[in-house]
Amino acid sequence: MIRLSIQMRQALSKLTLPVLIAAAFGLMLIGKADTVLAERARMLLADTLSPIYGVLAAPLASVRATIENAQHLVTVFADNVRLREENERLRKWQAVATALDAENAMLKANLRWIPDPLPSYVTARVVADAGGIYARAVLLSLGPNHGIAKGQIALDDRGLVGRVTEIGSRSARVLLLTDINSRIPVILETSRARAMLIGTNGIRPRLLHWPEGVVPAEGERIVTSAEANAFPAGLPVGIVRYSPGNIPEVEPAARLDRLEVIRLFDYGLRGAASPDAPNRASDRRR
Amino acid sequence: MDWRFPGIRPQLSVWQKVDSFARQSFAGASTALLLLTVAAPLGLPGQAQLLEAIAIACIFFWSLFRPSCMAPPLVFALGVLADLLGFAPIGVNVLTLLIAHGLALHWRRFLTRQGFLTVWLAFIVVALGAAVLQWVLSCALMLRLLSPIPVLFQAALAAGIYPPLAVLLTRAHQALAEHADE
Repeated sequence: MIRLSIQMRQALSKLTLPVLIAAAFGLMLIGKADTVLAERARMLLADTLSPIYGVLAAPLASVRATIENAQHLVTVFADNVRLREENERLRKWQAVATALDAENAMLKANLRWIPDPLPSYVTARVVADAGGIYARAVLLSLGPNHGIAKGQIALDDRGLVGRVTEIGSRSARVLLLTDINSRIPVILETSRARAMLIGTNGIRPRLLHWPEGVVPAEGERIVTSAEANAFPAGLPVGIVRYSPGNIPEVEPAARLDRLEVIRLFDYGLRGAASPDAPNRASDRRR
Repeated sequence: MDWRFPGIRPQLSVWQKVDSFARQSFAGASTALLLLTVAAPLGLPGQAQLLEAIAIACIFFWSLFRPSCMAPPLVFALGVLADLLGFAPIGVNVLTLLIAHGLALHWRRFLTRQGFLTVWLAFIVVALGAAVLQWVLSCALMLRLLSPIPVLFQAALAAGIYPPLAVLLTRAHQALAEHADE
């Protein structure tokens, strides 16, 4: 150790804090200028932690399930009534769906319809919330050599979740469609009008840029549009709900607050660039 | 270690060295461990804010009552960890935590002689300031006007979490001090 005089040592210790504060500004600039470096550091940490969180996920999920079961116990009677009604309704729809399915199959057979190729997909477990204060994202745990690429599309069992934005060797980050940087081209299913679904970091993303003369109807289904070649057409996104301020928003079909397992689809689309990591908004705008 | 007589320091045995190292690193290690735990998928509402709240509460406490264990470089490292774990723009937590650390050191002479309530009020002021700074920096780095509500919630959470955390950390602090005197 270098021997320093007491005065020198005191002066140095007084300097440490200002120097480090300056270094913090430097770090911010580096993080802003070289987003790849920040992303790599983040994914390195995520790669290290995701196996640990993966192990923790199972007991934590069982604790959560127990709590949920206890809550359901309270509402079991009301739930039963509701489910009976819903079942009745769905039975009618099932009849309609099977009839339509048969009709569709027959028509396709007559038209020599070339079916869309079935996309390949992998299923991954959500191990942690990777959002932070100003982002909505989840972290997935993957095996080594997973072959996941940026821009792949994530769905849960009900609908669109988001897209893969960052990839590590054992983990991947999926930006949810509610994130403030998320932009998804969609189609209003009834009117076939195109619109953009724009995340706000809130629970419900906003619907914007629909053509004149069309008004999104309350309860109308929203599906993805193949425009910009970033998504395949027709993935279920959600339904239109008007906010108290009369702004059309979309209630996502996917259960974004309780994602456990996600399917990542490779549709082989390399159109629009994948959504950026949250602190990269400016790069995209340029 | 007795710094008053630098010339006549007794040679420490290996165990004493390990012991003093463990004592020195307790504050940093426990804070890092808490941050890693809070980043785990616990499914708590407002977990992202909880991470930041715990970071600032721990750093404020240790900077105030045991600054030798919470040196600026350690605060810097914990800030980087919080930034990486919280997926925040890198550097934002580093800066806010360093400033909170600096303020705690600056007010140390006054605050350590006051009761808990004054310390808590001072912490609330620091947490609120840190939240506002974090909001301004996030807006600047993302080039977008963001809602200030999440950071205000974070400040409220920090204010709420400080008393129970302080009870735990005071116990740890006393335990560390007691055994060091033996």
